[in-house]
Amino acid sequence: MNDAQIIRLLASVIAQSAPLMLAVTGETITERAGVINLSLDGTMLLAAMSGFVVALKSSEALATRGIDGDLLPVLIGFGSAALIGATAALLVAWGSIRLKQDQVAIGFVLTLLLADIANFLGQNYTRMPGPSVKHLPIPFLRDIPIIGPIFFEHDLLIYLTFVIVGFSWWWMYRTQPGLRMRGVGERPESAFVRGVKVNQIRYAYTAIGGALVGLAGAAYSLDIKLGWSDNHILGIGWIALAIVIFGGWRPVRGALGAVLYGVTKTLATQLQQSFPEVPVVLFNTLQWLLMLGVLLLVGSNAIKRLVDIAPKPLQRPLARALRVAPPQALGQAFLED
Amino acid sequence: MHIELQDIRKYFGEVRANDGISLVFEPGRIYGLLGENGAGKSTLMKILSGYQAPTSGTILLDGQPVSFSSPSDALRKGIGMLYQDPQDFPPLLVSENYLLAYDDNLLLDFPKAEEELRGLGERFGFHIDPRVHVETLTLGERQQIELVRLLALGAEFLILDEPTTGISAEQKEILFNTMRRLVNEEQKTIILVSHKLEEVQELCHEVAVLRRGKLMGTKDIPCPNTELVRLMFGQELKRSERVPFQTGETVLRVEDATIQTYRLTVEGIDLELREGEVLGLAGLEGSGQRLLLQACAGLLQPRKGRILLDGKPLEGKRSPFFWTPWLALAFLAFRIVWAAIQFSSGQMSGLEMAGSIAAAALIAGTIWLIGSVLISWTSQTPYHEFQQRGGGYVPAGRLEEGLVAGLTLTEHMVLASPEHTFIIDWNRAREEINRRIQRYNIIGQPDTLVEELSGGNQQRAMLALLNSPLRVLLLEHPTRGLDVTSANWIWELFQQRREEGTAIMFISADLDEILERSDRIAVFSGGVMSRIVQTSETSVEELGHLIGGEQHE
Repeated sequence: MNDAQIIRLLASVIAQSAPLMLAVTGETITERAGVINLSLDGTMLLAAMSGFVVALKSSEALATRGIDGDLLPVLIGFGSAALIGATAALLVAWGSIRLKQDQVAIGFVLTLLLADIANFLGQNYTRMPGPSVKHLPIPFLRDIPIIGPIFFEHDLLIYLTFVIVGFSWWWMYRTQPGLRMRGVGERPESAFVRGVKVNQIRYAYTAIGGALVGLAGAAYSLDIKLGWSDNHILGIGWIALAIVIFGGWRPVRGALGAVLYGVTKTLATQLQQSFPEVPVVLFNTLQWLLMLGVLLLVGSNAIKRLVDIAPKPLQRPLARALRVAPPQALGQAFLED
Repeated sequence: MHIELQDIRKYFGEVRANDGISLVFEPGRIYGLLGENGAGKSTLMKILSGYQAPTSGTILLDGQPVSFSSPSDALRKGIGMLYQDPQDFPPLLVSENYLLAYDDNLLLDFPKAEEELRGLGERFGFHIDPRVHVETLTLGERQQIELVRLLALGAEFLILDEPTTGISAEQKEILFNTMRRLVNEEQKTIILVSHKLEEVQELCHEVAVLRRGKLMGTKDIPCPNTELVRLMFGQELKRSERVPFQTGETVLRVEDATIQTYRLTVEGIDLELREGEVLGLAGLEGSGQRLLLQACAGLLQPRKGRILLDGKPLEGKRSPFFWTPWLALAFLAFRIVWAAIQFSSGQMSGLEMAGSIAAAALIAGTIWLIGSVLISWTSQTPYHEFQQRGGGYVPAGRLEEGLVAGLTLTEHMVLASPEHTFIIDWNRAREEINRRIQRYNIIGQPDTLVEELSGGNQQRAMLALLNSPLRVLLLEHPTRGLDVTSANWIWELFQQRREEGTAIMFISADLDEILERSDRIAVFSGGVMSRIVQTSETSVEELGHLIGGEQHE
């Protein structure tokens, strides 16, 4: 493989990982506020289906009025997908906060339900061509050697994903509302004592996170894996949930986890070409083993010892960077007195 | 700030948590609030700090009636509460914890937060590092941060709920100095909610005593401890003569034991409990008596010293399969070396070597997994050993520790019976529980779920489920929530066990019960156990002094 091929491969890894990054960021936000939304897989399927169908229908409708081009239909498609994602997430939050039901149970049932609804409603729209997001390299930035072709020869959706990941980090760690959101996920009773409206905040961030998950679903059907078919992206939602944990409930690390997932997946394909005698499925298990290994390592004492032998000034940032802890109140409903 | 409480009442259904309390708090003074658990202290402080609204009554703030919609509303009006369990965020940085809900700006001003934390900290002699996680700090340091935050947000009136529980002696000294300075130099008002008479005597100008929701009186400090104990426990302490009982050989022996938990350390406990003897443990709740009981039951391991049941310590049993993880590791190491040798001598390709090692890792992992399951099945915890050797332990938390919510009385009977059969003989279990339901006067059926029983009946059910004969019986508040007749009946049943040779050790918050039922009494105060006194030779005055933390002769 020559350099140009490797760069092309990396660029495609970045593009392929973008929807996953969106979903991981969305779920990270939701879980940091203390709500665990397990309906991701079904939500993404339904969002992918409806995003595609709405974009298709609106492009037809607009065409009859003499308005051409994909931009408007695609935007409408993404809007409806975000709406569906937010609604599904709000169902989980409402069931937990108002009905005092178990979030895990609601999420599980919802994911199965939404997946079937998606397949049912989408059965007349399988394998059809439709509108898609336009390729849009960024001038000047694309000319930077190596980095340019990998990061800046994509489309608007992918650039927006980078911005969303960065913005979530900034919001969570640098702003007062973001800090309150983290407080609500860690210890709602303390937040309540300080005058924070716990459940209001949980509703808000669950909806925002859900909307991002919806966008992620539509990002597949309108950009990365065009169109709709039965169980179009089945399983991606569960992968996103695993990467949220892998990323230690932090947006940037979650996004890196999504890229790492893309890299190992590509690597598996490449390895398989090099060793044709080894069965395909074996290479597919590799990424999971790798993830499991990293998780065990991060949670073990080995890391603590590593931090201890590191030079003094490095110890604190290192320990902070390697911290993995779920929000303490994750999945627990908060009952105001 | 001048605060006046007028006829504050708080009812929870039938329960009168606060029943007409009127108090006045002047600036520049420290007030003590005393009372046993359930006396209504926390309820009153929750009302004053805006956590709960009173059923009726008025709070006057500088003469103006006020009502608080929330704790943060109360803090805006100058009333800040330092909770016993600091209401902070352990996973956050100290600076983040400080800034959370500090203002309504969009951006977090970390430099300002660090400056304020350092500045205020230095003023009070606290060493605060804003860049560490709250969870790495001690309880005392977390308290300091919380205090600084309340002061920075303008608290003029501070409520401190049991602030010295679980903090070190130096931290306590710093805290007390800070409190004195806040009152003397800045004219703040402080309420100290406490169990410890010592601290109230040392720090407060005035003390109010609550009992069963009512204000029993206010006293200026200094005031004799015995008077305060009288107010807390009531005047009508009486003692009935009881038949001395011939005690047999030693059942339980505690030798110089140190028991340590996050909140409290109990040091240097020596005691001996004989067959047929009843030892009562008195003291304000949380003074260490519960730790001793749990250690005797094998639920806590003493850091130092020994606890012997019939001459043998409770150690649990190591599993006969403890070697399985080592076997797995050894196997893996052997296969790796073997594969490496094969590879270097050219009998194996790189891919074959990787495959061989992977297969070995899989086998080793399986051995490890099966081994762990076997180990957890075959090892025995000290508590199980305690039960097997004839120990009984009845904890205070009925549904939390004593009973399993969601199971019926019959199912509890099956769990509690000493012999476990694979197939349950439901008829026998039902007969047995029916017998015990009658004997212990439980209002309930064999098929009643335990959470459907009333508190008193749950208490009786826990006692009914104990097996007999027992060597030793450890009880926490055995008659809490029972009426006088049932309590007498329960003690009669204990008396029968005593005649069978069971040694009994119990905790009670009721001094009457301790004096009436024990042969000997040990008093706990702040983690220190007094010398053990003979019930027949002690007096309420002496117990009052001991509960207050004075070691009288």
